[in-house]
Amino acid sequence: MTGSTTRPPLLDVSDLAVSFDTEGGAVHAVNGVSYTLAEGETLGIVGESGSGKSVHVLAMLGLIPRPPGRVTRGKVWFGGRDLLALPERDLRRVRGGEIGFVFQDPMSSLNPGMSVAAQIVEPLRIHLGLDQRAARARARDLLDLVRIPNTKGRLDQYPHEFSGGQRQRVMIAIGLACRPKLLIADEATTALDVTVQAEIVALVQELRREIGMAIIWITHDLGVVAGISDTVQVMYAGRILERGPVDALFRDPRNAYTLGLLRSLPDLSRGRAGRKRLQQIDGAPPDMRTPPPGDPFAPRNAYATPRCRAEMPPLSQAPGAAPGHLVAAWYDLPALLTREAAQQGHTP
Amino acid sequence: MSGVGQGNAGVAAPPAAWVASTREPGLLAAFWGRLRARPSAVVGLVVVGALMLMAALADVVAPYDPTATDWGNVRGAPSLAHPFGGDEVGRDVLSRIVYGARASLGAGLVSVLLAVSLGLPIGLVAGYAGGLVDGAIMRLTDALLAIPFLILAIALAAFLGPSLTNAMLAIGLSATSTFVRLTRAQVQAVAAEEFVEAARSVGNPPWRIALVHILPNIVPAILVQATLTIAAAIIAEASLSFLGLGQQPPEPSWGAMLNVAKNFMDQAPWMAIWPGLSIFVAVLAFNLLGDGLRDALDPRQRT
Amino acid sequence: MLRFLAQRLTLAVPTLVLASMIIFALQQLLPGDTATALSGEERDPEVIAFIRQKYHLDQPLPVRYAYWAGGVLKGDLGESIRLQKPVSELVIEKLPVTLELACLAMLVALALGVPMGILSAVKRGTFADTLANGIALWGLSVPNFWLGILMILLFSVHLGWLPASGYVPPSESLVDNLKAMAMPAFVLGNAIAAVMMRHTRAAMLGVLGSDYVRTARAKGVAPLRLILRHALPNAAIPIITLGALEFGQLLSGAVLTEQIFSVPGFGKLMVDAVFNRDFATVQGVVICTAATYIALNLAADLLSAAVNPKLRRA
Repeated sequence: MTGSTTRPPLLDVSDLAVSFDTEGGAVHAVNGVSYTLAEGETLGIVGESGSGKSVHVLAMLGLIPRPPGRVTRGKVWFGGRDLLALPERDLRRVRGGEIGFVFQDPMSSLNPGMSVAAQIVEPLRIHLGLDQRAARARARDLLDLVRIPNTKGRLDQYPHEFSGGQRQRVMIAIGLACRPKLLIADEATTALDVTVQAEIVALVQELRREIGMAIIWITHDLGVVAGISDTVQVMYAGRILERGPVDALFRDPRNAYTLGLLRSLPDLSRGRAGRKRLQQIDGAPPDMRTPPPGDPFAPRNAYATPRCRAEMPPLSQAPGAAPGHLVAAWYDLPALLTREAAQQGHTP
Repeated sequence: MSGVGQGNAGVAAPPAAWVASTREPGLLAAFWGRLRARPSAVVGLVVVGALMLMAALADVVAPYDPTATDWGNVRGAPSLAHPFGGDEVGRDVLSRIVYGARASLGAGLVSVLLAVSLGLPIGLVAGYAGGLVDGAIMRLTDALLAIPFLILAIALAAFLGPSLTNAMLAIGLSATSTFVRLTRAQVQAVAAEEFVEAARSVGNPPWRIALVHILPNIVPAILVQATLTIAAAIIAEASLSFLGLGQQPPEPSWGAMLNVAKNFMDQAPWMAIWPGLSIFVAVLAFNLLGDGLRDALDPRQRT
Repeated sequence: MLRFLAQRLTLAVPTLVLASMIIFALQQLLPGDTATALSGEERDPEVIAFIRQKYHLDQPLPVRYAYWAGGVLKGDLGESIRLQKPVSELVIEKLPVTLELACLAMLVALALGVPMGILSAVKRGTFADTLANGIALWGLSVPNFWLGILMILLFSVHLGWLPASGYVPPSESLVDNLKAMAMPAFVLGNAIAAVMMRHTRAAMLGVLGSDYVRTARAKGVAPLRLILRHALPNAAIPIITLGALEFGQLLSGAVLTEQIFSVPGFGKLMVDAVFNRDFATVQGVVICTAATYIALNLAADLLSAAVNPKLRRA
């Protein structure tokens, strides 16, 4: 983490809960999420679809459809204000101004009926009050910034005239248009080809050095997170199960779900002989209309104890782990893994 | 032409996905539950039922002979003896409304039945055969759809001669292309489903796949369109009768009653109000029922 | 754009040709001897012989069609037996009246239907939405000839604000023309407005739930701009395409509306021709209606291409 502890965090989420009303009852998508984000910090949030990773940031900024979506409790402090208590009009000044967004699918997330220039100019005019000429000049600079060649000729083109990677660059240009303090990238590389993914990740890292904004990078792909984040946060069934500095979490996972995610990643650094078979996590996430009372991952977890099924463990400092490495687990994963390894050693 | 010509508003062809799901057991019950949960659909169903009952039991329900003239009741104002008043030759308006339901509902049902029984097989062939056959059928429906529904019906009625039977025939033929196109689109969607692929791979002959595997899955969409088309057909029959090309006097028909009534609007407004209201209620009921069926059959499309 | 236009035109031509064949084939439905039937009320053998010769009735059907279609292409729609006038002359005389009525009705339909559809999509699930849907259902279910009668009863008979019937050409007095057309246009537009409302609502709901509208909201775009600048232009394409199919409804409805309000247009020409057994006129009107419908649909295709950047640039 960057920044000293005396400065207030850029973003302070406390006990955020979100649900969606459906015919089958309320779906509890986010169940009490708390964390902080320092200025300039990059936080990677990992989880499968339905983990609440995207929903909770959209809910913070009033971007979930309401109804059926509903923030049921919590506070989100940003720049000295609780975003959840702000009237829509004031929240609009934050969205696209102080907080920029990059969404998943650049094909569907850009307006097919508006030229690229019109879409980049929009936040500049809304938040910075620029006139059309100045905003257009700025839009061109932004296309340069996201490394789109021949910007002059491309400003008046429409999204369908751009390639997938270029469209995502345009999305990033829109997200960064007003030099936000925080950029939220929601599955920003998921829809792209692998080579393009790497380009976009590299671009965002460069821009972060140039602009210095904080980033929340939401993805289901641990690999992307490893390359870009200072801190990683693992979410499951609307809760944070583990969170910590990126190296510590990868080296020393404390939650069985994190371990499962790590084991499902191919490790290309080892030689062919050293590679292990990829493992998958069996079972399916719980029905969020009736979340289990205890640890939501317990039903799929071979290491779960009876207490896991009965009571949700709090998110707290993992014993013996790096400072700031938090975990929600009743079991001691390193000890269990050591015992397992010892048993396997005896019975080959 | 710009695409599909489905006569009624808001009838997007339902996506293929739910089609497979209707095969699961217990879904008929679930469908019935969803239909009942929509008050407007229930109202539509009840009114449609009541109107049909009224038409069927007209002999019992109607207080007078619908063609019997009564010189004491010429343009008679509504009274206890004649609650809906009397018409230009003293016939009881209420009795004519009751008997008129036969012409209106009969025309609606018969013409749509004709349109479905012609359109369904043709659409099935077009959608399943594809190629030249499909192309030829589509061009023909394009051409038929280029002649507006009522204009075609009027032209047909003109050449066939004016009568209720010919009006039904004309409306049914005019509505056929809608069902051809709907069936074809549905067949193409269903034929792409995996269970049809599976049926094909185990060696089912094409006719069997079309009749056993595809047909049952497109019935719901046809049913919705048929219900909504009955509403349109009732208006069409009333329109033709209003123009004098449908039910011939002295037999009662709501449209024909309105035609006469417009000449006596200031002296006997009840002659115009009751038949018009009857058409409106019947059409509204079928529209409510059709909308309800559509929503109940495809919960994901619900608004 | 040009390629798109060419593609649409090549589809329209065979459609029109097939439609003309169907219309021509209607003659075959006439009971008894065609020449006798075509001569209408007349039973004069000379007239019958003239008709037999004029329509080449002694020739096989395809040959007769070729003669007829050749005439139609040269603008010869046949002769009105009743009015002793070329059908083309009658059509040219009446078509502008119906087109004016249709355009005014479309204007009414758009002015009522589109804002109502937008409102009910934006305010989905509220009372306003329910109300708008209720109005649309009313519009779809009320027979327009009945609505016409009720409006005459109210506005002409009771209030005396508007003329119950009659037509004043706009060249004579635009104000009187519009006064005479107000009720017919509203009656005719009413049902189309309901359809437009439903199409607009569905299209707007789809667009409002799209990712790019979420992007716009994430940029801080205000609601009004969100609806008018981001959502509506994208919803316009399906509204235009589906709305164009309603031209048929418009032309059908015009027949009844003209009958009720005694507007001397296409519809009235056709109905009068039907009763006079003036079949050449019926055929002429139907083929012109089909051509008008196809032309209006082409115009709508062009319009939707113009609002769609993908087609505009192609």
